[in-house]
Amino acid sequence: MSLTDKDKAAVKALWSRISKSADAIGADALSRMLVVYPQTKTYFSHWADLSSGSAQVKGHGKTIMGGVALAVAKIDDLTNGLLDLSEKHAFQIKVDPANFKILAHCLLLVIANLFPADFTPEAHVSMDKFLGNVALGISERYR
Amino acid sequence: MVQWTDFERATIKAIFAKIDSAVVGPAALSRCLVVYPWTQRYFGKFGNLFNADAIRSNPNVIAHGKVVLDGLARAVQNLDDIKATYAELSVLHSEKLQVDPDNFKLLADCVSIVVAAQLGKDFTPEVQAAFQKFLAVAVSALGKQYY
Repeated sequence: MSLTDKDKAAVKALWSRISKSADAIGADALSRMLVVYPQTKTYFSHWADLSSGSAQVKGHGKTIMGGVALAVAKIDDLTNGLLDLSEKHAFQIKVDPANFKILAHCLLLVIANLFPADFTPEAHVSMDKFLGNVALGISERYR
Repeated sequence: MVQWTDFERATIKAIFAKIDSAVVGPAALSRCLVVYPWTQRYFGKFGNLFNADAIRSNPNVIAHGKVVLDGLARAVQNLDDIKATYAELSVLHSEKLQVDPDNFKLLADCVSIVVAAQLGKDFTPEVQAAFQKFLAVAVSALGKQYY
């Protein structure tokens, strides 16, 4: 389900509204993922503190949103734009790609929660497609 | 049988006390039809589903959205026996409506997102976990009579 010009415009428009809160969105989405889908905690066994306000969760939420920002910038060629991140996830982190959907759902939910007026169904479908394509880009080097 | 903590019971009931099924239902169903357009295959008789505005204002979508949420409310009244509560509904969805059960999860995700948008700060991660657990149980019960 590739991104149409309409999708790309919708993603960029939504991003321009929410990007100033990127760090908060990332931290909230990550803490929700760890609480609502406890199996995802298995990837963070090296963290001292997995609780919602912890420095590690906040810091990593920021890192994740940095990746989302990069993807928005590279929206016209996600496969190539995300190659480095893909190599990292494939060879170093080895996250099962099923988890990308889980994190995507948490991101969408947080955006809906914080920006209910902006997160219309039209914005939602484009953002969902975008995150799906980001997941594909990140999985590119897996095998 | 599903085990519910006191927190989960209280949280799920509180959410349903707070939300209006006539608002959340249509919002969730119309969002589902927009975000996952292939779900429109089950609503051929609903008339104009041509674009998001048409879907949003379609009287059949609005009516049916409320039906769906009222169905979920029934499960909340029967938290300890959702499987039995939904047995007939499951047969209906399998044999008459012939809905692919994967679609239930898509609608459930839209319900979560609409409720998250409605409840704002109150929709904490722990509340989300309880609510999504409830939806997962409802979804599972709805698929139980398929064969």
